[in-house]
Amino acid sequence: MAKMNMVQAINSAQDVMLEKDNSVVIFGEDVGYFGGVFNCTEGLQKKHGLQRVFDTPIAEGGIIAMAIGMGVNEMRPVAEIQFSDYIYPAFDQILSEASRLRYRSGGEYWAPITVRTPCGGGIRGGQTHSQSPEGIFTHVSGIKTIMPSNPYDAKGLLISAIEDNDPVVFFEPKRLYNGPFYGDPKDPPQAWEKHELGEVPEGHYTIPIGKANTVRKGTQMTIVTYGTMVHVSTAAAELSGYDVEVIDLRTLIPMDLEHIVESVTRTGRCLVVHEATKTGGFGAEILSQIQEECFWALEAPIERVAGWDLPYPHAFEWEYFPGKARVLDAIKHVMEG
Amino acid sequence: MVPHSAKNLNVPAPRHRPGEKPEFDDLDISNAGALPRPHVMSDPKELFPFANGIIRVLDMKGQAHGEWDPKLDPEVLRQGLRDMLTTRIYDDRMQNMQRVGKMSFYMKSRGEEAVAVAQAMALDKDDMLFPSYRQQGLLISRGRDLLDMMNHCLSNAGDNCKGRQLPIMYTWKEGNFFSISGNLGTQFCQAVGWAVASSYKGEDAIASTWIGEGTTATADFHHGMTFAAVYDAPVLLNVVNNQWAISSFQGFAGGEKATFASRGIGYGMPGLRVDGNDFLAVYAVTKWAAERARNGGGPTLIELFTYRADAHSTSDDPTKYRPEDEARVWPLGDPVERLKGHLIEIGEWSEERHTQAMAEITSLVTQKYKQAEALGTLNTGERPPVSSMFEDVFEEMPDNLRRQRQQLGV
Repeated sequence: MAKMNMVQAINSAQDVMLEKDNSVVIFGEDVGYFGGVFNCTEGLQKKHGLQRVFDTPIAEGGIIAMAIGMGVNEMRPVAEIQFSDYIYPAFDQILSEASRLRYRSGGEYWAPITVRTPCGGGIRGGQTHSQSPEGIFTHVSGIKTIMPSNPYDAKGLLISAIEDNDPVVFFEPKRLYNGPFYGDPKDPPQAWEKHELGEVPEGHYTIPIGKANTVRKGTQMTIVTYGTMVHVSTAAAELSGYDVEVIDLRTLIPMDLEHIVESVTRTGRCLVVHEATKTGGFGAEILSQIQEECFWALEAPIERVAGWDLPYPHAFEWEYFPGKARVLDAIKHVMEG
Repeated sequence: MVPHSAKNLNVPAPRHRPGEKPEFDDLDISNAGALPRPHVMSDPKELFPFANGIIRVLDMKGQAHGEWDPKLDPEVLRQGLRDMLTTRIYDDRMQNMQRVGKMSFYMKSRGEEAVAVAQAMALDKDDMLFPSYRQQGLLISRGRDLLDMMNHCLSNAGDNCKGRQLPIMYTWKEGNFFSISGNLGTQFCQAVGWAVASSYKGEDAIASTWIGEGTTATADFHHGMTFAAVYDAPVLLNVVNNQWAISSFQGFAGGEKATFASRGIGYGMPGLRVDGNDFLAVYAVTKWAAERARNGGGPTLIELFTYRADAHSTSDDPTKYRPEDEARVWPLGDPVERLKGHLIEIGEWSEERHTQAMAEITSLVTQKYKQAEALGTLNTGERPPVSSMFEDVFEEMPDNLRRQRQQLGV
């Protein structure tokens, strides 16, 4: 075991896979010599060579198209899209091509690609470096969508993603790269070093895709969340005075509905929390499915805490970000009506 | 309101519209044999004349000229003719069957048969093909059973796409033929990725991809060109310039400003413009580019200058946007007639043999079609099992799909 932050864990996952499997190659904008704008591929080109970790033209659509073609030719490419805000030029290749290739070809062809991309706000990135577009991808049949919340999960899930034979979009909440974030920007920065999930095995291990994790046990209500909001929700739960269970989904598609239903059936109350905008967000899907499965066990309406329905505003980041106070209010509302 | 002045705003218009007499007298077409054959490892900067001229071997009288003549064995030429004829007769049959409601859609390749057939013959069987939707001749040349092609178009139980794709969106892994998307241009840079992987693995196989001239306007074209150039990908980037993208003539892809082949030069790769209705020239240019790619020379952009002699698909009527007889007066003629004329000219074919070959192929196509229809069509007979609709979304079926399949009761 070693102390790793999320950047190091993601780097380590790629290092392990490059070592283990020659068909793994890593490419994207600035990922080679420079090691990526967030250092997630730092040192990998030097260690594994120019032909296995390399830079690409600034063309997200081309990056994903190349990954698909390589995937069809027996490779396991890992493509980095520098910010998830830049992923849209590649959307056609992800949505119309990677996600449908196995289906449309009757199972003859598939593209085992992993698309890594940093997402989310809280870093003063403005509207082009702060978005959480996961809900746009969860709506597409044929791609798996992952968003880890800590170094341990990030490494295990990234290895699973690379080894998976389906296309995976792997969202990395960049506010969590260096440490957990509890939703209050006035708090001093935290380091993963002091967190138990900053203890990461150095070698190969996997965390199964499609399995949620209960990060806080509770009996009175369930919060279903993922990414940065796992920590914000847990912090709010601690302060609430209620016995709140917190589920970290980890994988959005395929969703671990069974895990959620078991919890909500037991607690009878539920709050869904995500950073992405509210309307049409993945939270709406979670809420619907819980309603379909758990209606007769519910003691209160299910509520949502999410980003406001507007582009991410630079100067109003903390009024926009669904922080601890908003989650706390929502917990009280669900508990007290 | 804004002021409106027509000054300096260019909205391109084609040479002719319905009701007008089509003429191509001023089209700048090099003579057959006029252009030399450069060394395959030539510097792209020296290849400008090949991007702006038209590489041609066969003249309109059926005689072969110049350095590009691949000097093929007559048996190879006869095979090429047979495959082009098969493509044409197959197309006609399938279009007719669409017209009588046996399938939802069809797209013919009339006038463009040499592109697919000659290129397939010039490539190795291990080379990977990333086609657009009008290269069915690739499948025929590589020996795919017509019955399998028909089963796909009819979406019956024998369809290897399992009833999921519009007719003509073929896939054939065994023949190294990639699944056709239907979204234009997406395969262009995917082919580059495939070729990069081939380089990575140190293999000899190259990739070849096709798009229409209209699709060169997409970002996908630019992505493919840039990535291929940057990584020296062993790939043939073919632009089939058939003059028409549904009703939009090639001017809307910028074809009036520069040739499509000349776009290659700006990326630092050879751009070769070839008479797409000249079987020998298409074969020779493809061989040249394939040899270059296999020798580490990277990609070549090939513009196949041809004419879409029929509708875009069964969903449009070309007489609504171009003169009815434009195809007939196309100065580069018809690829089948030209190869046939050449074979007759060199004493290796005759009208009688041609008539006999057509009869044989027509009979084969009819027999195969009867077999396919007996298995089923979109509306009759056997379809793939409905439950299979839920398969292949992922490698393993997730719970939500399993539940939805149960909900449908299959």
